[in-house]
Amino acid sequence: MAERSFAHEVKKLTAGEGEVFTGEGILAVTKALLQSGVAYVGGYQGSPISHLMDVFADASEMLEELGVHFEASASEATAAAMLAASVNYPLRGAVAWKSVVGTNVASDALSNVASGGVTGGALIIVGEDYGEGSSIMQERTHAFAMKSQMWLVDPRPNLPSIVEAVEQSFRLSEASNTPVMLQLRIRSCHMSGSFVAKDNVRPALTVGEAAAAPQRETDRIVLPPANFKHEIEKIEKRWPAGVAYVRDHKLNEWFGPKQVESGIGVIVQGGMYNNLNRALEAAGLADAYGACDLPVYCLNVTYPLVPEEVSEFCKDKKAVLIVEEGQPEFIEHELNTLIQRAGLATRIVGKDILPRTGDYTAQVLREGLAKFLGQFAPHLGREVVPIVPLEKDVAGEIPARPAGLCTGCPERPVFTAMKLVERELGPTHVSADIGCHLFSILPPFNLGNTTMGYGLGAAGASAFKPKAEEGKRAIAVMGDGGFWHNGLTSGIGNAVFNKDDTLTVIIDNGYSAATGGQDILSSRADNKRRVTRNPISKAVQGVGGKWVREISRTYNIPLMRDTIREAMTTREKGPKVIVAQSECMLNRQRREKKQKAAMLKAGKRVVRERFGVDADTCTGDHSCVRLSGCPSLTIKSNPDPLRQDPVAHVENSCVGCGVCGEVSHAAVLCPSFFRATIVANPTRLERFKAKLSKAVIARFQAAGEQRRLARAF
Amino acid sequence: MSENRNRITIAILALGGQGGGVLADWIQEVGRQEGWLAQGTSIAGVAQRTGSTVYYVELARPDASGRLPVMAQMPMPGDVDIVLASELMETGRALLRGFSTAERTTLIGSTHRIYAIGEKMAMGDGRGNGDKIIAAAHERSRRFIGFDMEAATDRSGSVISSIMFGALAGSGALPFPTETFRSVIEKSGIAVTSNFRGFAEGFDAAQKPVAKPVEIAHAVPVATTEKGRELEARVRAELPAAAQENALHGVARLMDYQSGDYAALYIDRLVSLARMDAQPFDLTAEAARHVALWMSYEDTVRVADLKTRAARVERVRDEVKAQDDQVLSVTEFMHPRMQEICEMLPAGLARKLLRSGVAKAFFARFFNTGRHVETTSLRWFLMLRMVARMQALRPRSLRYLEEQERIEGWLSLVHEAVGNGDRALALELVRCQRLIKGYGDTFERGLRNYSAIIALHTSRRQTAAEVRNLRDLALSDETCNALDKAIAAAG
Repeated sequence: MAERSFAHEVKKLTAGEGEVFTGEGILAVTKALLQSGVAYVGGYQGSPISHLMDVFADASEMLEELGVHFEASASEATAAAMLAASVNYPLRGAVAWKSVVGTNVASDALSNVASGGVTGGALIIVGEDYGEGSSIMQERTHAFAMKSQMWLVDPRPNLPSIVEAVEQSFRLSEASNTPVMLQLRIRSCHMSGSFVAKDNVRPALTVGEAAAAPQRETDRIVLPPANFKHEIEKIEKRWPAGVAYVRDHKLNEWFGPKQVESGIGVIVQGGMYNNLNRALEAAGLADAYGACDLPVYCLNVTYPLVPEEVSEFCKDKKAVLIVEEGQPEFIEHELNTLIQRAGLATRIVGKDILPRTGDYTAQVLREGLAKFLGQFAPHLGREVVPIVPLEKDVAGEIPARPAGLCTGCPERPVFTAMKLVERELGPTHVSADIGCHLFSILPPFNLGNTTMGYGLGAAGASAFKPKAEEGKRAIAVMGDGGFWHNGLTSGIGNAVFNKDDTLTVIIDNGYSAATGGQDILSSRADNKRRVTRNPISKAVQGVGGKWVREISRTYNIPLMRDTIREAMTTREKGPKVIVAQSECMLNRQRREKKQKAAMLKAGKRVVRERFGVDADTCTGDHSCVRLSGCPSLTIKSNPDPLRQDPVAHVENSCVGCGVCGEVSHAAVLCPSFFRATIVANPTRLERFKAKLSKAVIARFQAAGEQRRLARAF
Repeated sequence: MSENRNRITIAILALGGQGGGVLADWIQEVGRQEGWLAQGTSIAGVAQRTGSTVYYVELARPDASGRLPVMAQMPMPGDVDIVLASELMETGRALLRGFSTAERTTLIGSTHRIYAIGEKMAMGDGRGNGDKIIAAAHERSRRFIGFDMEAATDRSGSVISSIMFGALAGSGALPFPTETFRSVIEKSGIAVTSNFRGFAEGFDAAQKPVAKPVEIAHAVPVATTEKGRELEARVRAELPAAAQENALHGVARLMDYQSGDYAALYIDRLVSLARMDAQPFDLTAEAARHVALWMSYEDTVRVADLKTRAARVERVRDEVKAQDDQVLSVTEFMHPRMQEICEMLPAGLARKLLRSGVAKAFFARFFNTGRHVETTSLRWFLMLRMVARMQALRPRSLRYLEEQERIEGWLSLVHEAVGNGDRALALELVRCQRLIKGYGDTFERGLRNYSAIIALHTSRRQTAAEVRNLRDLALSDETCNALDKAIAAAG
């Protein structure tokens, strides 16, 4: 079950011709695919594209009715390989993933499909996780488009433009027999807006029909000599066809006058257009509706460029600013080449004025624009109003908020146990992976040395092989998502084969939790469209793993600690694998909340647990926080008039997972933690017993109270 | 750029799970109902896992000729009309990022705190200073509406997003009637009643002056017994005014902890220090705090007593929001060790037990694992009451002797410093008591650090600044490495 349900929103996908569709960017893309007669869709979840996958999953029934095949692919490589369906058949297909990481994973298949070319339109939707809020390395998908010669579409960020871009991309792909990448920036994926819908279109040919009448064309396969033919074909046929389509159908756009007196202009990536306009507006050179005083050439297709459009725009211009986010500045390089070839003297200005790195926000562009104008048209535009930065002593009070594990997260006790073992055995090299467990690197755990990619935790530890008497075993962490993505082979299989002596802790929380709680092979949930309940331990043993322990309740910190210690110290050689199994708390809460509410309403017995801290015994050292980091475990002002350090405090958001209590036990911290068990609609016997002990206790308490009052102030 | 009457820009700064997305959707819906175009952007993903994130909403109108506006995806510093922040430091972050400006912005921010991990994990007090943020919020907004949104959420039994929505409507910063806001809540069809309550709460709060969360006020204790009045009279007569409030709290605490005589010993200790102190008597005032805290050191007897008081169970009931017809049981996580149990016994016996290998091994079997102690059950309650009654034996216990010896040693160093006319040093030494706190491993680490600093000071007298630095180092690093390095360098 995914984190967010789109069951309600997918109804919008049935909107017909002329209806106004209002919703999120990602939903708009889905609608555009259906309007384009797509025959099959696949992909791998990951921000900012997870919701697209969730929308498809929630729309499964509707897709089936339309004859569209949808698959939650095992990895981006799987998804990219699926595009093979468009090679021989006029099937329109789309796949989606998080880029640039997903594109890295998919690149083998992408190279192959780009080399042989496609018959049906093949669309790759990449959620570009660049800039603010990004969780990955800052690289550009643009490089992949260039190296494999696929076209890269980067539409202006408004829903009508994005929807139009999806439809045009399929046609562009078919016109040039080339896969097309549609780049959606992170804020565009999660952007709400409206557009006018068209009817959904059934695919002209379904995947079933294609399979029933197989076709073969061996020169589409990357094998010599066909691969050499592909290279020629790409350059001599497909590229010119692609350029022609972009030019003839005016996929790029022009704004403002053709020429201004000062001889300047701006070329902008489609995705950056809105920020540029806001910057121009602030400079007094545009209005809020896009009417601007400078010539602007907007590249909705950033690869390939159209040489005649470029030279037409640049001729008679002294200087042109290229607004290109990210590095290296591929477009700027190519513009310079095109200008040279066209024999023009236009100065291309880009990264020498704009920052080489980071988001091109409207503010950044405003400042860059001011520099550009200052150099080439000093009489144009208003001056930048400087922003007075917040005083340093005030700014210093604002704390950073690193991401952390959720309240009750079953991964927390794993890292707490690792911390406790670290106290006994000293620090170890920890190879981290991708997933929520990656937050172990941040405070308070500060565990983890490297992370090499999704499912690559164990592989990242493979160089560390302690000899008999020297050194220490390394620990690798891997999530269940990463395990099934590739970790089983690249990590576990590799470790068995190479006789590694590392410990791999596999976090088996039942979902691909970090990407939004999608089901995977080992999910415990029954999913009527997928096969689940395939235990990770069986797979590990299947590739030859011998030392495998399953811990079915991660919250048992002593057991977790002892098992980790054993794995680190046992004489047994070969990889050790601990499968730490407890369900993702976010998902569990979503599942159980409704059930419990219904039981309460029906007057049934419901037990609720939560933890608390006695402020009068807590002394404010916060060891408990340092071994937990639970959002519900926080601090508050000390209620004691003499003590000054804040005391620990458990908020009402506590879900009663018990880690804080177990921690104070295992680490011999303090007696301040208590567990409150609250029974709603208790049985008669429970009520009677509670009443009885309460009565006896009250008498003793009264006596104690009297003694205390006698000696009191 | 601020002259554009056809556009309203709104930034929402919220933490994961606070419903910032819901709020952004509501605002857009209000705009659409009023015939405006609305666009919202956000970044989901890791932000929802305790991070903070910015939601951005633009409302705009087509111009007279029907042209559609070009909308931005991120707030531009200096170009934001309304900022909503769900927490005090997020209000601060809005200032830090330049979203709120004095010329233009209506800033609606909560004044309550959700502490960041860095603030929570400090070994002492790592909290940021909220007053500075509030002052800056006033300076850097056209209008600042600030109140404790968490308290408002609790009062209304609602969620913080509905409080903010209400405050936005109540601020009048959007040119839309209140009814439209309410109809959006109604149309969403989710938790309508409680959202209405939250909306009303926020709406009203927006009409009031800026308010910070209510802090606990500590009234000076009032004597209720003969002995209490006698000791109060001594405090008033023998201690400087600056120290009296702390001293009265100290006396009350020690009488509750042990006895009137024990509290009298406390006053004696303060008086001898006060005689050597001078205006403004901050040394005596701080000593009144720290001597009381040290003399009421945490031991098993104290914990057993505090855990079994009637008021405590009521407090728990309240805190966990258990209703009257629900059965509540409370389980403690206790881990008394052999050491801590022996220390409670009379000194002679305790020393013998701790020395004897056989006895130690025998008793250790019972005390080397943590116990789940259900204080609401008769068996465990009576057991803890019995331990609490050992309070009468406390003055003869090994721990008592050890602590008094340490206190005397500490105070003699303080006296020496005052005697040398170095009151600043004396004050820093007094404050070193702050290091000794907690139980088990935490207590041992604190005592170790304290002893190391005192040992260095004993062998080679340190200045006030040096002592303060060492104490700060001890509170900066759980592994004690920083302190050990500094001590090695100084010694």
